[in-house]
Parts: sequence; structure tokens; C-alpha cells
Amino acid sequence: MTANNNSSIRTPLGRARGLGSAKDGTHHWWVQRVSGIAMVPSLIYLFTQLPQLVTHNHDAFIMWLQQPCAALALSTFLAAAFYHASLGVQVIIEDYIHCEGQKVALLLVNKLAFLLLGIVAIYAILRINFGLIG
Amino acid sequence: MQNNSRPLSPHLQIYRWQLTMFLSILHRVTGFGLAVGALLAVWWLMAALGGAKSFDHFHDFTHSLIGQLMLAGWLFSLVFHFLNGLRHLVWDTGRWLTLKGAYASGYAVLFGAIAITAALWFYAGR
Repeated sequence: MTANNNSSIRTPLGRARGLGSAKDGTHHWWVQRVSGIAMVPSLIYLFTQLPQLVTHNHDAFIMWLQQPCAALALSTFLAAAFYHASLGVQVIIEDYIHCEGQKVALLLVNKLAFLLLGIVAIYAILRINFGLIG
Repeated sequence: MQNNSRPLSPHLQIYRWQLTMFLSILHRVTGFGLAVGALLAVWWLMAALGGAKSFDHFHDFTHSLIGQLMLAGWLFSLVFHFLNGLRHLVWDTGRWLTLKGAYASGYAVLFGAIAITAALWFYAGR
């Protein structure tokens, strides 16, 4: 592409920024990868803890979750996972919902639903760690 | 607005099934399944917060046939999406973007996911 490209209506500044029509550039692609990589260590740790995770014994489960390592691994994993999930579901909505009104509504529901789920999960983990159970 | 008389590209149904397209679709399906499964994870934590009774209630569900199927599907989805996500990260660096690379890593990810899911299922149930 030459500097004097008269066939394009894009300004040189717009071309240099490379953010495209959505003003987002490669941000979505990048944060999807970052949130994915962020889950790797905590997920591997949680896999090693699987017998404690699936226990039916309430006291044993609370004891496990009250360990700093477990609480931090689970909350960082869920925070990254819910963010990653909202990014993924966003792409699915954009791919399959073609009615503009429905699409925008679902995109909003998607963002807010995962934000809410994340807040509720962290709230539960915090309360359990402070011993405020029941 | 929309011109429906335009020629369409061949629809999905016309292609012969191949491993690479199957895994690509499976990546999206498992990802969506995990997103829905997030509800189960939040229910689990809220049940633990609620006390022994609500925790029992949650595990009555996970021990039902539907609950066990959901847990097994969720575990497989988690392992597969994790491994195939790593495959995507390798592709992002420009490696394995060949027929041989895509197929070899595809078979590795698929059978690896099945094996690791089975191993984790038995490890969890000890």
C-alpha cells in the first residue's frame, strides 16, 4: 500500500492505528489468549486437587477451600475462566445472530451474566474463607 | 437491505467430515458447554456456602444419572478445550500449520483428552 493511495478513504492516521471499524483492533484476539494462558497453572493445580474438589463431605470441602493456595487457585481460575467464556460466547453470538437488535441485547446479557457469575463465585469463596458459612 | 438471491458458498453439509473440521467444531461446542457449566460451578460454591444441607442437595444432583453425565461431559470438555487451546497457541506462533502438523496434533489432542479425562475421573473417584 503506497502513501498516496487515493482509492482508499481511510486517513493515514486510521491506517497507522490499525484499529479497524470497531475501534478494537486485535484486542479481543489478544485478551482471549492472555486469559487462556492465565488459566494453565491454576487448572493444573486444581486437577491435582480433584479428590478434594469432588468430596461430598462438607467439612472436608470447607477445610480444603480455606487453604490460601486452594482459595487463590480457584478464584484466579474462575475469574480468568468467566472472562474467557464471555469472550468466547461473544464470538458465537456475533457469528450466529444476524438480527442487530437481538445481537446487541444478547451481547449485553452475555457480558453482564458472566460478570455476575464471577462476582457470586468470588463472594462465596471469600465468605467461606472468612468462616461466614450458612 | 439483504439480497437473498445472491449465490451462497457451499454449505457445511456438503463437505466430507474430516478430523480438522470435527475438532474445530468440537472446540466451539466444548467451549460453549463449559460456559454453561459455569452455572454449575457457581451453584457448587453457593451450596458449600449455604451449609451441609445445601451441599448435600448439590451432591444429590451430581450423583444422579444426569448429573454424572453432565460432570463427565464437563470434565472432557475442560480437558479437550485446554489441550486444543494449547494447539491453537502453537498455531499462533506459525508452527504446525501444515496438513501433517494439524493432523498429528489433532489426533494427539483428541486421544490425549480421552485418556486424561478417564485418568482424572478415576483419580477423582478414589
